Amino acid sequence: MLLLLVTFAPIVAAILIMIGFPARLTALAASLLTLLISAIIFLRFNALSGFQFVVTFPISPELGLNFTLGVDGLSLLMILLGAIVLVAAIWFTGEIEHHENAFYACLLLIGGGAIGAFASLNLFFFYAFHELALIPTFLLIGIWGTGNRRAAAWKVTIYLALGSIILLVGLIMLYRAVPATARSLDLRILQAEQIPASLQSSIYLVLLIGFGILISLVPFHTWAPEAYACAPAPAAMLHAGVLKKFGLYGLLRLALPLLPEGARQWSGILLVLLLANIIYIGLVTIAQRRLDWMLGYSSVMHMGYIFLGVASANILGTTGAAILMFAHGLSIALLFGITGEIRKRVPSLDFDAMGGLAKAMPLAAFAFGLGVFAAIGLPGFANFAAEIMVVFGAFRNGFDYQHFHIFQWATLLALWGVVISAVYMLRAYRRTFFGNSAKSELVITDIRSSFRVPIALLVAVSLLLGFFPQIAVNLLVPTFRHYFSATQ
Amino acid sequence: MISAPYLEVAVLVLGIVILLIESFSSKLDRRYLGYAALVGLTLIFLATFRVAPQTATSSAPFWDFYSADTTSLFFKRIALATTAGVIVMILDFAPLVATGIQGATPQSGLGEFFALPLFTCAGLMWMSSAIDFVLIFVSLELVTISFYVLVGFTRRNPASLEAAVKYLVLSAVATGFLVYGITWIFGATGETNLQKITTALSRPGLEQNAALFGAVLVIIALGFKIAAVPFHIWVADVYQGAPTPVTAYLSVGSKAAGFVVLLRVLDPFLLLPQMQTLLVAIAVLTLIYGNLAALPQTNVKRLLAYSSIAHAGYLLVAVVSFSGRAVAFYLVAYLLMTLLSFAVLILVSQPGGDQLESFAGLSQRSPFLAFAMLVAMASLAGVPFTAGFLGKFLVFDAAIATHHFGLVVVAIVTVGAGFYYYFKVVRAIYWDAPSSSTDKIIVSPLTRAALIALIAGTFVLGVYPQPIFDALAR
Repeated sequence: MLLLLVTFAPIVAAILIMIGFPARLTALAASLLTLLISAIIFLRFNALSGFQFVVTFPISPELGLNFTLGVDGLSLLMILLGAIVLVAAIWFTGEIEHHENAFYACLLLIGGGAIGAFASLNLFFFYAFHELALIPTFLLIGIWGTGNRRAAAWKVTIYLALGSIILLVGLIMLYRAVPATARSLDLRILQAEQIPASLQSSIYLVLLIGFGILISLVPFHTWAPEAYACAPAPAAMLHAGVLKKFGLYGLLRLALPLLPEGARQWSGILLVLLLANIIYIGLVTIAQRRLDWMLGYSSVMHMGYIFLGVASANILGTTGAAILMFAHGLSIALLFGITGEIRKRVPSLDFDAMGGLAKAMPLAAFAFGLGVFAAIGLPGFANFAAEIMVVFGAFRNGFDYQHFHIFQWATLLALWGVVISAVYMLRAYRRTFFGNSAKSELVITDIRSSFRVPIALLVAVSLLLGFFPQIAVNLLVPTFRHYFSATQ
Repeated sequence: MISAPYLEVAVLVLGIVILLIESFSSKLDRRYLGYAALVGLTLIFLATFRVAPQTATSSAPFWDFYSADTTSLFFKRIALATTAGVIVMILDFAPLVATGIQGATPQSGLGEFFALPLFTCAGLMWMSSAIDFVLIFVSLELVTISFYVLVGFTRRNPASLEAAVKYLVLSAVATGFLVYGITWIFGATGETNLQKITTALSRPGLEQNAALFGAVLVIIALGFKIAAVPFHIWVADVYQGAPTPVTAYLSVGSKAAGFVVLLRVLDPFLLLPQMQTLLVAIAVLTLIYGNLAALPQTNVKRLLAYSSIAHAGYLLVAVVSFSGRAVAFYLVAYLLMTLLSFAVLILVSQPGGDQLESFAGLSQRSPFLAFAMLVAMASLAGVPFTAGFLGKFLVFDAAIATHHFGLVVVAIVTVGAGFYYYFKVVRAIYWDAPSSSTDKIIVSPLTRAALIALIAGTFVLGVYPQPIFDALAR
């Protein structure tokens, strides 16, 4: 029951707004309700006993299709992330000039779709809920975006549609790979099955490409920076913060437990690609001259670390990856939110044209600084705790005292990414908020003081997990232990 | 309980009655004929649920021609529902008929426009029951001949006339292929009944190549009906030129009946590997051509014409994968979304024409129509929670289950292309500012109800397909 509420509160609110309810009020109420209920679920969740809060409605016995919702540690963490960022994104939405109700409805659909995907235990709805965001994204960027918004909207839509359809084929292959007697779209039944090793390799590859496009794995990443740079800030917060994590969630949820053999075979290629995400995209990020593009590229780059945790395929690494997904969602949402506010006040987000904003916008500068420190993994923020786990998990993989394995080399190289991200983040911070102010005739006001609430929410949760990562680890370890029980 | 053949008889009687009323009462507002046709079709649709199951032992020779199995009943319902939808569209289209005909009275010609689709509908229903080449041929001709008239109905409109001539000539050629193919099959097997052909084909010493040659000719003729590449040349021009309700009828009714005949005719032949290869080739060509040709279109009617070719491709994938269930479900989904898009097109294009520009800023002129078109386009593109997605899901599932991975790869690419041209319409509706007229568009209550029913159907079947599966299984 509670899960149904969490999933459908945003979607129902979106429908209500379209038929004429007051937009901002309804959206805020629905998102706060979602956050409240997911917090209740979190408090009542018992990490040691599998899937909980399961609700199921049979739809088609012939296809093995049920509408089933349920959470384990991993999905609960992601639902919490979705609820927190949804509240923050809606709070950060300022005055919308035209079609205000449609804007809020689109935001709620993206948020509700992501939460629904995380809560679904049936492959069909897992996929379908994620696609719910497709049209709202197209409209949000195309109508309310900035810059070269139309091209960006087309690009993101075609890329994500193509990635999704490849993913769909992968999911159907997975469904068809189990023997006919046990064939089901239900995750719990699939997880009990062994998939023949001969089929695992090809299925994993298809899933990796499908999910990879959604996560912006190099070389499928080119949609992401442009889309995030052009999207209105709340859309970028939700998309980069929550929706993009769907692909990683899918890899952790489906690919690793069901296809261990396939994951092992492709881990070399995956390591090369994720290093490209970290090093190559990291260097590209340094070269960016605009704040929004820099943030867009940085969110692509940080996916590399999460991939490293996924690729390590052990409990430590995947736990780190899951916490990093959460932590990155919070920090990137904060950064995009503040950037959106800056965009409204200055004529251009070029680093050359900005500077000295801290004087006019002390609150924004403070919040952005916290976001920057979280993003580069300063100890005390959740990102740090997660990155440590990812790095240790990856380093431990195949470790042997005589010589380094490919995983150790990859970890060593990936560590340089920390330096790279410190360079571009701190430089962006300095050039935006400090130094000489470029335009003096402009009257710049600070962000509204009510924005302290979402900022405090995002920062507090990140700090809480940074100092007490055990909260999340206790949720995740039993889950991952269950996933890997068959393989390790 | 009633016997299945009475359904067609009822439709024919309905058509004749409407024709008679139209000729003997000159004062009557012709739109009442449309309402009468709607009521009649609804009653007949309800009657299909009261049809007595076919007795297996009935020995009357009639049942060698005519089957009343669940598949045929299912497709009869599709034909009836499509026809009802088309009649609703004709009611909206009525003002344009007057300008396209210019008879003695403002409503002259309108009465026949309501009667002719009923005769087509009877033909479509016979097609879905036909299990003998003789009945297949006769019912196909009934459909085609009434379409000749319908396509050229607005006879003062040159585009409509051009479409009619093109349709007439190419249709006649296709008929020639069909008859020629039937003769070859009859010559090889000595039978016209499909079941008897199946047993005859497995007889030792049979000249299989002759039968195969005949089957290929029949496929060419049916390929024309379902608009498969390379038999699609007529599609774009005819769809664009014909009156819009007729275009919708052609792309849904004609295609559905074509596919049920294709499924029945292929049944004896599909196990032969040559036939498989041929159909895979046709499917690949249809998918690629339909989707690529749709990409640059700026006329919505023409775009929908190419999209109908593209959807024939997905249906062929399901045919090659032996999945009757996927074909049937996809056709229902296709019916819903195509009728929806054409119904909106008729309302939007009356002031501004069929160009994409007349959709610009529709979200401000009529939020309801904008939403209806959004649902139609999302479903055609295959966005989840719509019937179109579940149809694609079943098609992909069938193709993967039968290891047609080549087809799957082609279909992935074409689905991606599909998102582009369907979202072009969405873009015009929501992004662009209204170009010419900013008037609100008035939607009549009947049309509004029909649109809401189609939208609801699209969403319900998108998550709850079981009613369709049940109807097929019973």
